[in-house]
Amino acid sequence: MTNHPAPLVAARDLVKAHGRTPALRGASLELGAGEIVAVTGPSGSGKSTLLHCLAGIVRPDAGSVTYGGERLDRLPERRLSALRRTEFGVVFQFGQLIPELTALDNVALPLMLAGTARGAAQESAGEWLERFGAREHAGLRPGELSGGQAQRVALARALVTGPRVVFADEPTGALDSLAGEQAMTALVRAARASGAAVLVVTHDAQVAAYADREVRLRDGAPAGLEVGA
Amino acid sequence: MSTRHILLGLLAGGPSHGYDLKRRHDDHFPQARPLAYGQVYTTLQRLVRDGLAEVAGTDADGGPERTLYRLTAAGSREVGDWSGQVTAPAPFVTNEIFAKVVVAILTGGDPAAHLRAQRAAHLARMRELTALKTAPDASLATVLAADYALHHLDADLRWMTTTQDRLTSLTALTAEVDRA
Repeated sequence: MTNHPAPLVAARDLVKAHGRTPALRGASLELGAGEIVAVTGPSGSGKSTLLHCLAGIVRPDAGSVTYGGERLDRLPERRLSALRRTEFGVVFQFGQLIPELTALDNVALPLMLAGTARGAAQESAGEWLERFGAREHAGLRPGELSGGQAQRVALARALVTGPRVVFADEPTGALDSLAGEQAMTALVRAARASGAAVLVVTHDAQVAAYADREVRLRDGAPAGLEVGA
Repeated sequence: MSTRHILLGLLAGGPSHGYDLKRRHDDHFPQARPLAYGQVYTTLQRLVRDGLAEVAGTDADGGPERTLYRLTAAGSREVGDWSGQVTAPAPFVTNEIFAKVVVAILTGGDPAAHLRAQRAAHLARMRELTALKTAPDASLATVLAADYALHHLDADLRWMTTTQDRLTSLTALTAEVDRA
């Protein structure tokens, strides 16, 4: 990680249990500005929980998460959700678009929530749809889109606010291989162009190969060496 | 891999000379080992000997005179038959990674450490191939070749993960038996 001296996001010795089931047992990870890292591991290895802790979606039971040097796990909920809105973009396996809104309004929504006027937000959303090859679907609702199209709309929505970090949890998990390839290629290109860091959780080595390096988890902890570029 | 049939396939597009065939081979099979000129000429001579190709004349094109070859009717049938034949799904398991894991187990080595290091090497290669095929100017041949290599490396990785899990559970079982 010689190109990224100070990590943008860092997790240290994270412990997290879901009820009595331990999900993380001492997981650590660093993500540099503009870096693309894949977290891989078998089902149940804790990779999604790690992403949720790093993105401030859940708080760890022990250990620390820092973002730009600030302790994320200690931030009050209001500041945390403001941070998530402005600094982070999140994509899940199933795009989780709002079914009642058009693709354009889905992408414009995070900007409008942050105070941008509807017209300007839609204009910006249109540009992001273009970058993800989904401009022609702007007027369609999620139910009218294929899985690959919907996921590209979700990626546009994650990047529209110009986040510094994009968290993607199995973003291609529900897509066939060509749609997955289009989504990953578009995500990596957009992130590189805007300088956003990406943390992508995947069980698929072909998706991990889009990243600069791999962090492999096993039973909630790092599995041996980190696999770097 | 049958260089002979690949050259026949390239000749199916029209008469060509050796240099051109080598260049077109390397364009169509961008991730393959580049074909040596010597091999092109020896193979062409054998194809002529076997009646699958014939000399179609010479072509100077401003430079030294070069022999042009073309497909014969028998050559055309041969390449059609070959490309239509189902390939026997690998009847033998011969792979260096597999052999090294077996030898590591036999000699009391550390197969798990070996598999981790091999995973790193595989992923590094997969990153190179992914960068190649997603480059904006990647040719179709490059994309197809990279896809082929990526899927095979991915299959290796799946086998390596399963093997690691199997070895871990066997070690745990052995430890339990030892304790009992």
